[in-house]
Amino acid sequence: MNNYETVFILTPVLSDAQMKEAVEKFKNLLTEQGAEIINEEDWGLRKMAYPIDKKTTGFYTFLEFNADPSVVEKLELNFRRDERVIRFLTVKQDKFAFEYAEKRRNKGGKKQETHAQAGDNVKSRKQEKAEPVETEVKSNEKED
Amino acid sequence: MAKQSEIRYLTPLSVDVKKKKYCRFKKNGIRYIDYKDPEFLKKFLNEQGKILPRRITGTSLKFQRRIAQAVKRARHIALLPYVTDLMK
Repeated sequence: MNNYETVFILTPVLSDAQMKEAVEKFKNLLTEQGAEIINEEDWGLRKMAYPIDKKTTGFYTFLEFNADPSVVEKLELNFRRDERVIRFLTVKQDKFAFEYAEKRRNKGGKKQETHAQAGDNVKSRKQEKAEPVETEVKSNEKED
Repeated sequence: MAKQSEIRYLTPLSVDVKKKKYCRFKKNGIRYIDYKDPEFLKKFLNEQGKILPRRITGTSLKFQRRIAQAVKRARHIALLPYVTDLMK
């Protein structure tokens, strides 16, 4: 068993519920294969540094899990097959990365709590401040 | 004022006092470079998004390799651009 972390980007065309469902699908896949999910982070809709598939934003999700190497292969195969996933990256954590991840979890845990308390308002406000154009782009794509 | 500048001109003391470069990772005890933190990685990129050489940043070879790895990962998941103009 090794520790892995994976970041994947879902297309911004999805609604919030659809996005959550897709994340849930991959989490279920992992647990079915006997992996233990250690941490999950939802980074929300972010602007990407360059367009991928003509899309400038994407839903980022970060997962940490403990699994056999064969599980990673299956997960990546499913990422490739799923059209909603536009990019993914899976990395094995070495000992330094593991230490760092632990620290990050402890710090991030607190942050996430406050985040959850404040609700979605904080999230949307942050997005608006950062990228007012972003939401527009998203709605356009939805119309298409 | 004029006197002072004259003295400086006659005895150029501080001509070649270069600051010694150092590896910030060794100095601060950082052992892992996170690819998920683009703001930090930007310190090691020039304006076009290229990785700066060691001779400028002073990073040790070991950590230069790790920076390169982290930057490439960050580029893959679109946290950093592959090519750009005027990043900062």
